Amino acid sequence: MTLDPAEKSDEQIEILLSDALEIYGYDFTGYSRASLKRRIMRLYVLDQFVSFAEFRYKIRTEPGYFKRFLEQITINVTEMFRDPEFYKTLRKEVLPKLGTYPFIRIWVAGCSTGEEAYSISIILKELNILKKSLIYATDINGAVVEKAARAMIPLNNMKQYSENYIASGGSGNFSDYYSANYTLAKLNDDLKAKIIFSTHNLVSENSFNEFQLILCRNVIIYFDRPLQLKVFELFDNSLEKFGYLALGSKETLDFSTVSKKYKRLDSQKIWRKII
Amino acid sequence: MKNCEAFIIGGSAGSLDVLLKVLPALHSLLSFPIIIVLHRKRGTDNVLTSLLSSKTELPVKEVEEKEKINRSTIYIAPSDYHLLIETNKTFSLDASEKINFSRPSIDVIFQSAAEVYHENLICLLLSGSNNDGIEGLKKVKENGGAALIQNPLSAAVAYMPEQAALHVNIDEVLEIEDIADYINELSK
Repeated sequence: MTLDPAEKSDEQIEILLSDALEIYGYDFTGYSRASLKRRIMRLYVLDQFVSFAEFRYKIRTEPGYFKRFLEQITINVTEMFRDPEFYKTLRKEVLPKLGTYPFIRIWVAGCSTGEEAYSISIILKELNILKKSLIYATDINGAVVEKAARAMIPLNNMKQYSENYIASGGSGNFSDYYSANYTLAKLNDDLKAKIIFSTHNLVSENSFNEFQLILCRNVIIYFDRPLQLKVFELFDNSLEKFGYLALGSKETLDFSTVSKKYKRLDSQKIWRKII
Repeated sequence: MKNCEAFIIGGSAGSLDVLLKVLPALHSLLSFPIIIVLHRKRGTDNVLTSLLSSKTELPVKEVEEKEKINRSTIYIAPSDYHLLIETNKTFSLDASEKINFSRPSIDVIFQSAAEVYHENLICLLLSGSNNDGIEGLKKVKENGGAALIQNPLSAAVAYMPEQAALHVNIDEVLEIEDIADYINELSK
């Protein structure tokens, strides 16, 4: 019996995922397939493979190529102050409450190239609480974490980010936070001083600290429901009582086992741990 | 095409007016879902959903991630996310790079749906000024589904359906006033 192309490629995707787990210890089996498959097929075309066997062999035998595979199938699109209304709520409601604490620990899970962590840093600075804060910014993909730590952003993105910043209720001049360097904007060192960048895999690694705010936006959309539940438990174990969990605008905690311990803020996808 | 399991409409500039004319004429019970992917500015989701909702008796919903796809429902792709369909007939969202300068991209939903619904899928491409949707329609045809376009001659912006007609073996070219009847007759 011959399989039709779509089903055959589905089977091939499963083979690659079990290779990634078996050889490199990266577990993508809980990822939503439609998006993951699109990324893998995109890489296959981009790198001009002529057969699945060749593609698989290269992934299995060349750790350097597996690194590229990992970088290309995970999604690293991000922005500073993406969804300005969300950042407005952080600035007006969430962070002022945390500002009453002697020390503030924040985890940006799935930080990609760091734009979100730097955005938080700017708000903390404007609220005069950056000095007593520490932001842990983590991602599964080591290459983007390294990039995040360099604090360089393509200059032509800054116009959009500046508009986002203003719409989010920014109280300063956005251009004061960076210096232009040819085609790149270098963010000021003081914004980076309170950020710790590190790799962390939400699928396989445990809680590493207790936080008052966890941001994980547009990450769990790539996970299937069982993996989402597992990650929510990880966040619950990493969040202090009265701490906040912020998700992406289309994500929800509602169906999860921990949801009864949380109360959602009215306007945004932000939940507060009340038990 | 055997039995319509999903009817997907992709549109760009000039498509909203078409939908506003089509929706009121749809039957209130359909044996399949209608999935709409429109190019538009980000952050305008609620406005679009309530506008379309006011034009039909069918329930109109902005898609939530992992949501199960039900018949007789109109789903709207949220702005700033690509929309995909899983083999278990649930929606997935994806915030990856824009395709054809667009997120949501019509190519992404057409291609993803083609692999799930195969010959039981019908995709309609409306008015627009870019190339999004063309590759998707090709994939729909490869998988045995049907590719439809709005008649470019009566489209507000002819380019998108025109390009589709040039590059894809189109099954039907529809006038605006015929779209609702076409959809109603597919329902069993």
